[in-house]
This record gives sequence, C-alpha cells and structure tokens, in this order.
Amino acid sequence: MSGFAKPLKIALGLIVIAGLIVVPMNFNRYGLFILSQWAVMTIAAMGLNLTLGYAGQVSLAQGAFVGIGAYAAAIMTTHGWPLPAAIAAAIVLSFAVGWVLGYPALRVQHHYLAFVTLAFSTLAFLVFRNESWLTGGIYGISNIPRPHVFGIATNKPLPFYYVCLGSLAIVSVAVWWLIRSPWGRAFMALRENPLRAQSLGIDTRRYTLMAFAIGSALGGVAGALYAPLTQYIDPVPFNLSLSLDLLMMVIVGGAGFYFGPFLGAMIAVLLPEWLRFTEGYYLMLYAIAVMALLIWSPTGILGILDRYMAARRTKAASALRAVAKSRLETAQ
Amino acid sequence: MSAVLEVTNIKKNFGGISAVDGVSFDVHEGEILGLIGPNGCGKSTLFNCILGQLTPSGGEVKLDGKVVTGLRPSELNKLGVSRTFQLLQVFPKLSVRENLILAGQEHQGNMASRLVGRSDAGLTDAANQMIGFFKLDHLAAEPAGGLSYGQQKLLDAAMAFMGGPRLVLLDEPAGGVNPTMLSDLKERLVAINREKNATFVVIEHNMEFVMSLCSRVMVMAEGKVLAMGRPDEVRKNPAVIEAYLGH
Repeated sequence: MSGFAKPLKIALGLIVIAGLIVVPMNFNRYGLFILSQWAVMTIAAMGLNLTLGYAGQVSLAQGAFVGIGAYAAAIMTTHGWPLPAAIAAAIVLSFAVGWVLGYPALRVQHHYLAFVTLAFSTLAFLVFRNESWLTGGIYGISNIPRPHVFGIATNKPLPFYYVCLGSLAIVSVAVWWLIRSPWGRAFMALRENPLRAQSLGIDTRRYTLMAFAIGSALGGVAGALYAPLTQYIDPVPFNLSLSLDLLMMVIVGGAGFYFGPFLGAMIAVLLPEWLRFTEGYYLMLYAIAVMALLIWSPTGILGILDRYMAARRTKAASALRAVAKSRLETAQ
Repeated sequence: MSAVLEVTNIKKNFGGISAVDGVSFDVHEGEILGLIGPNGCGKSTLFNCILGQLTPSGGEVKLDGKVVTGLRPSELNKLGVSRTFQLLQVFPKLSVRENLILAGQEHQGNMASRLVGRSDAGLTDAANQMIGFFKLDHLAAEPAGGLSYGQQKLLDAAMAFMGGPRLVLLDEPAGGVNPTMLSDLKERLVAINREKNATFVVIEHNMEFVMSLCSRVMVMAEGKVLAMGRPDEVRKNPAVIEAYLGH
C-alpha cells in the first residue's frame, strides 16, 4: 500500500468511515443485520489474521473462540450482567483458553497444528451442545438482551449496528497499534524465520503463546457481540464450518495484510447475499470465485495489489538506474 | 586475558555418528578466534551446541565463568551472545532498517514496554548508524530480500551486532561474498572488535580471510580438535596440512 501518497490514504480512509456511518441509515433491518455481521466477523478474522497471517500459526479453532465469547456473553447478559462486563469476561476467557491452545504450537507446526486446533474446535462444539446445564444444549439460549449505550437502547438494528461498528473501530486501532509495535515485528519474525528470531533474543515461545491468546481473545470479542446481535444462540453456528469460513476470510482477503480481514469478511458475508439472485447457484458461483481467486493470487486480494505496487516500485527504481547510467555514459 | 567462553568436552551424537566428539577450548576476551576444518567436521554443530540450538549429548559451556549449557538461544542472546548462520538468515520482507531494529528490539525494555512504547523501540538512530557503518545507506528502506547476496551477508552480520553483544559467533561470513565486499566486511569486523572490545569466533573456509583476521585458529577434523594456535603455527602443522590445507 506504500505506493499511495499519505494524504490520499487518509482521505480514502475518512470516506470509507463516513460511508460506513451514513449510508446504512437508509438500510432495512436485514441489510443492517448483514452489515453488523460483517463488522463482527471482521473482528474475529482480524484475530485469526494476527495468529495466522502475522505470526504464521495455523489455527482451525477461531470459530470455537467466537462460540466461547458468544456463550460467555449470552450467559452473563441473560443473568443481568451488562454487556461490557460480558465482553471483558469473554476476552479474559478466550485469552486464557487461547494461551493454553498455543502450547501445542510450541511442539507441532503447519498441518499437524491444524489438526490439533481442529480437534479443539470439535471439543468446544461438543461442550456447547452437551453441557446443557450451562449452555442450554441444542435449545440454546434465547432472549439475549441488547445493551444501553450512553442511555440509548440498542434494540433497534441501527443503534446496534453502531455498537458493532464502534467495537470494530476500537479493535482496528488496537490491532494496528499491536502490529506496528515491536511485538508485531516479533510476530512476523516468528512466521518468517523462527530460528533466526531466537538467535536475536526473541523469546519465540512467549510470542507464539501471545499470538494465539490475543488472536483468540479477538474471536471472543466477536462472539460477545454476535450473541446480542442475533439475540439467540445455539451450538450450530460455532461448529467447524465457522472456523473454516474465518480461515477463508483471512486467506481470501490476504493473510498478513492489515486490511485483509475487512475485505475477506466483506466477501464472505456480502458476496453470497449479492449472488442470491442466482438462486440455487449462488453457493456454487461463490465457491468457483474463491477458487479462481486463489489460483490467480494465493496471497489473496491484497496480494494482487501488493504485487502491483512492488512491480511499480521495481520499474521506478530501474528507470532511475537507467537515468543514472546514461548520465555516467554521457559524462565519459 | 580472561576467558569469555569456556567449552569443555562438548559431545554431540546423531544416532551412531559423533558429529562433535569431546571438544574443549577457551575464547579470550577481545580475541578473534578462527575455526577451520573440512566440511562435515562438526564446526556448525559445535556452534549450535554452544548456542543452544542443539542440546549437546555431553559436556559444558561456560559464559563468563557461569554454566549456560542448555539455555535457549534467545536467553543466550540476552546474555550478550550473538551469531550469524552459514546460510543467509535475513527477513526478506522487512526493510534493511526494520531488520536491524528487529535484531535489537528484544534488548530494549521488557515485554510490556515493547507493546506500549515506541514502534521502533527507540532504535532508529542505532539502526541508521549500523547501516552507515556497513555502508548500506542507499538501501536502508529497501526490503532485505531485494538486496544482492553480498549485501544481505553484510546485513546478516550487522544484525548480529545490534544487541551490542560481547561474543559473536560467525558461521562462514565470507561465503559467496565478492573480494571488495569481503575486505569491507573484514575492516568492519576488526573495527567492532577494537572499538567495542567484542570477542569473535569465526568459522570460515577462506584461508586468506581467516589467517589475516584471526589472532588464533582452531582446526577441527572428524569432530575433534586437531590443532590450536597462532595462524602461522597452524599453517605449518603437518597434521593440519594432511587433514585440511593440503600440500
């Protein structure tokens, strides 16, 4: 993205933010629900992008953390706790569980790690389904209340969309801060070359666990917003397919790119809706589009942009070199 | 001169093969020790055992008189031991400056301050200085992956110095580097050795480089120490000529 001038980037950012605030005011109930879902899924995908995209640790368990967050929020808010307290609890809980899930990553990597996290995903689903004393089992938890923010009820779709958008904004700033901090650099070092990272004093164990824990905590935040968004949860949305969906959002958007999850979640949540006019074919078309994209650009949509920018930089640099060379030759 | 590093009877077996078979030596403060020997004689394995990348099958490593055998590489690095690898190990997607900041950041503050503090951990000036010192100025903002092999080798070496180490183990720093750049590298190493009183152990096959850079040379063959001494002594040693240098 470094090819754009800074003022242009800021202007573009402001337009997008203003658009996200103003445009949905005219949306109907369903449109607002979809957009809120996009915000929530972006938060979860940002977490996975941290674990997978930046720190290079494969996880097929992000959906389970969304579930953990959702159940924590549902149980607490139906027992009279305010949503911020429930979000805090969801963060702490999924951070702690994510930290523990990080331990296998200290021993196994890549597809082995994928299997460990997949097993965890199944385990979490079984807990949601079978421990009915806590989770309501297959009947789930209904009548999940929505919060009052600064005295304003968010029962209507628009105010709650702003809750989701505001949460996304906070998470975005926090993640941006994290990845440009020395921690972010250490995460990338972990992904690129753990051996060299260690020899430079980077405590790869601690950073691996942190990458898992923070990524999972963001999954928890997403879940804690998902529960009041739908106001009813049961185990089904949090099965393995959610983890796979989130993985796809990160990969399609561009793993390891800051804006990857925003785009990936947009495609995963909105594209199926836009393709609905094709009726029975929309899932097929969607699948074909994703396959074509990944064959064309394995690094996702932002990978295409990145390659284009890199090509432009190389061109500019070689043009400069050519000029310098011709000057040298003229001088001789 | 006191010993910075004392290695006693280090052994490393891989299955039935003794890659390192009871190696002992001291490295004195401020010296540049060369480590030479034929391919497969155990030089890099010895480095990996000293630096915690491999757990030795036996023996002891002391740093400043304290036993450090079995410490993790990151812990040893925090104690002031740094290294380069035989194969290039820069972070290709990060810029030259970012590579150097990364190489020094864990030596600044603690985990918490690295999270809430400055993005560059206060190291931009130090990185720029190192960039100037290794004559990489025009490349500071380039991704390290775009540099030539020789330039990446220089960056690799520069990274090893960002944490202000007391002891640096360099594994074939001259391999694949052209003669001009090599004399640059040698000059830089000598300067750091003198100015910062940093101690070096250098594995190298380039005899001219080793003989002119090092104050002492250790020769290994088949996992054992074959000879140790001043470069001119080692060069004349019949056993060394037989095993490595050739007639």
